[in-house]
Amino acid sequence: MAAVDRRSVAGKGPRPERHVPLIVVGAGAAGVAAAIEAARCGVDTMLIDEHPVDNDMMAMDVPLCFGQRMQPAVRNRALMLERIVESNPALASAHEAGVDVQLGTYVWAAFVAGPTVQELPSPMLGLADERRSWLVSYERLIVAAGARDVLLGFAGWERAGTLGASGAAALLTRYRALSARRLVVVGSGALGLHTAALALEHGIEVAAVVELDDRVRGDHAAAKALAERGVPFVTGHTIRAALGRVGEVESVVLAPVDGEGRPTTGHDREIACDAVCLALGLVPSVELLHLVGARLRFEGARGGWVPEVDTWMRTSVPTVFAAGDCAGFHEGMLGAPEIAREQGRLAGLGAAESLGALGRGEAEQRRGVPSPAPPPSANLFGYWQAWLASLIETGGWSVNVCQCEEVTRRELVETRPPRYLKWDSPQMDARSLATLLRDGPVNQDQIKRLTRAGMGPCQSRRCREQVGLLLAQAAGTSIEQIPLPTFRPPVRPLPLNVLWPADEPSAMRDDWVSWFGIPTQFSPHWEPGMVLDEPTAHARLIVSEE
Amino acid sequence: MTTRGAAVVIVGGGVTGLSAGWWLARAGVDVLVLEKGIVGWEASGRNGGGATHVYSPFGLEEQRLWPQMDGLLGYPTEHQSFRIGVALSEAQLALARRWAEIGEARGFRWELLDRRQVKELVPIVGDNAIGGTYLHFGGHANPQRTVQAYAWALQDCGGRILQHTTVTGLVQRGGRVSAVETTRGTFGADALVVAAGPQTGLFADMLGVALPLAPARVEMIATEPIPLMGVGGVAGNGLYGRQTLRGNLVYGGGPHEWINVPDMVTPEHRNTPLVRNLARRLAELFPGAAHVRMIRAWSGLVENTPDGLPVVDRLASPDNVVIATMSSVGFGLSPASGRAISELVQHGHCSFADLRALALSRFADTPADWRERAGWVATRAEVALAAGGDS
Repeated sequence: MAAVDRRSVAGKGPRPERHVPLIVVGAGAAGVAAAIEAARCGVDTMLIDEHPVDNDMMAMDVPLCFGQRMQPAVRNRALMLERIVESNPALASAHEAGVDVQLGTYVWAAFVAGPTVQELPSPMLGLADERRSWLVSYERLIVAAGARDVLLGFAGWERAGTLGASGAAALLTRYRALSARRLVVVGSGALGLHTAALALEHGIEVAAVVELDDRVRGDHAAAKALAERGVPFVTGHTIRAALGRVGEVESVVLAPVDGEGRPTTGHDREIACDAVCLALGLVPSVELLHLVGARLRFEGARGGWVPEVDTWMRTSVPTVFAAGDCAGFHEGMLGAPEIAREQGRLAGLGAAESLGALGRGEAEQRRGVPSPAPPPSANLFGYWQAWLASLIETGGWSVNVCQCEEVTRRELVETRPPRYLKWDSPQMDARSLATLLRDGPVNQDQIKRLTRAGMGPCQSRRCREQVGLLLAQAAGTSIEQIPLPTFRPPVRPLPLNVLWPADEPSAMRDDWVSWFGIPTQFSPHWEPGMVLDEPTAHARLIVSEE
Repeated sequence: MTTRGAAVVIVGGGVTGLSAGWWLARAGVDVLVLEKGIVGWEASGRNGGGATHVYSPFGLEEQRLWPQMDGLLGYPTEHQSFRIGVALSEAQLALARRWAEIGEARGFRWELLDRRQVKELVPIVGDNAIGGTYLHFGGHANPQRTVQAYAWALQDCGGRILQHTTVTGLVQRGGRVSAVETTRGTFGADALVVAAGPQTGLFADMLGVALPLAPARVEMIATEPIPLMGVGGVAGNGLYGRQTLRGNLVYGGGPHEWINVPDMVTPEHRNTPLVRNLARRLAELFPGAAHVRMIRAWSGLVENTPDGLPVVDRLASPDNVVIATMSSVGFGLSPASGRAISELVQHGHCSFADLRALALSRFADTPADWRERAGWVATRAEVALAAGGDS
């Protein structure tokens, strides 16, 4: 009879508060469609969305870059909840279809068993609200977590008022709480034009749409409509700086660029505004997919790292599906929610079928003939790289790439230790990214540890892409050659007293030791019985266990 | 077959192998470290960073060396001296005292603290603390920075490191290891050091030597930064860890999970809901930081011998091999363990520590099923479900 090590996890497997056959994460177009489809197939379905997010989380630019431009009303949770529900009529349909809709609920982790995690009775999600956290286990998971803004820094981008297009869109449409009157939109692709139109629709003046290219990149008709409503387009320009009183954006200075995209001097123009909205592109939010171990691959035309999925939107992990922007985003999906909806419907059907709620034949029938999705638009990584190059020219190398940890571009590419160490040695001076590259290919996680870029409370949401782009540029490689920097739980920064479990099994508390609890491990080597050949260590172990 | 190689080839670019390599390179020895991934990537670079192991045969050398390491390496380790132990119960206070008294037996100074004194030194401690200890010895360092410092310093002394190179076999000739086979070809070696963490046992098998090792997975959490405390090396309540010089609280502890590592591939290791229990323990230890946000967690793989003590031994046969596993307590002792290994390789004995207690021969009688007997085995989910475990 094998003994049990009571200091180990044996018998202490976490117990989820609930079990739900299907959980859908994200109540955007894809998530709601997935939940409704699955529920209609008779599957007990829970649909979770983190909005309304609490003010403190927003202030950290989590989950989107809100740039401190929230109106005080966001502190009124009840009001925000009302607005979120109002802004998303599909939620009512989901509710009617019998879906258990949970709003204002963070998904901070996905836990799955594996070769080193065996004491997990079933896959489960870590959920939380502002007060507590809990675990819910599932049989199938559909991740419809959306996408997040690509942010590129410029001088002054730490100021309140620098926000991302999806952060701005959330504040405009879902929260109706954007605190800005005059917006400069950076980027004239579909995302930029969409953002400018959205701002106008909500009574916000668009002071300019700025574009590095010498022409507007997005749809001509859409640009023309904006121009007719008085929106100035400033093409062939980059940002030199955002200026203002301490900590606030009050204007942005634009610099013209030459044919190669290099800024020229002498013809800067300053535009008064209280917000700069970066609308350069979006990247899929794949953190939960990474945590469950779904295979991701780099597809530049669909926003970078995306999950591999089959025709039912099933990932390489058979219990997990992905739908909508997080499964791969391109600009053709903007203003065309039917694409995400269709993916969600497929995922919902696929999940329901795999749970046995309907047969394969019936699923095929319900699925119908999918309308051909528009092909992905251009790969934007080259475009982002060009923007970054121009911003390095204007802002220089002392602009912070990581705001949380205050790591500058120079410190990143020179792999400098953080300033607070006040370290100085000739050996360190002789080290750089170039010397590191002699030992192996660029690894963002390794450089993160050395420089601390990306190690702060925003969990690298503001700097992940630009760190990758900068390193790729400095190393003379392409971003797809750089391995995906890991995501770790909690994927939302939550307080200890929210994450902690209110009750713990007594075995967890009673048998807790800081390290293994091997009786001889920390015994002084000079004490009797320690320096010896007899009895053997094994004998000591067994004796002390009894 | 290529003739590349080195006087000493070290298998494993963890903290122990890197330190050994650095000491050897400092002594002018031609050394090559082979690492299957990136240096210090596994548990070596992600641990509590504690440097307070005076109970060990390496303890005095650990204490002597750490304050000098920044200067010796030429790179920052973030080493900080002294430790504070916080006790929330009499049992915890007894443990903290025991730790302090072990130091006292080695000639180090410590003080017993009452609640008021603990709270003055560690403002985030609450009224649930009953007292503590202040150790005028020991300390902590930044594991990530330190492993890279070893690697760089080793190179600065002329040593070489090959990352992304997995050792797949050992070539023996005339009772000695003459070369190692890797995914990047064969490398000749006059001497071999095996410091391969959880995989060390696999290399012992190749050498026909029985090394009882049980790998396990452990977890840690990190919070956002909070204002720096005077002494960052504060632990208690069943947690180990520290406040980093950036201000993050980084702590681990609690149940481990025994696993199997059957080959040279490090199994994927993830976190579990244990991070919640860690959060609770940490908030109990520091009620004044209960509102602080957890921003990261990670898991790491470590290995233990049956008595939890290191094996640092030069084999009788093949006689040019040193085997080293620190039995899950490797980081803090690394300045000393690396030096001991370098001496074993060069001279066959260690000048500053009695290594008899760390000899492999102590496991000569260990039965093959020792893991089962001790319960140090990988469980299965269905076992866990059956056990249930009510709260």
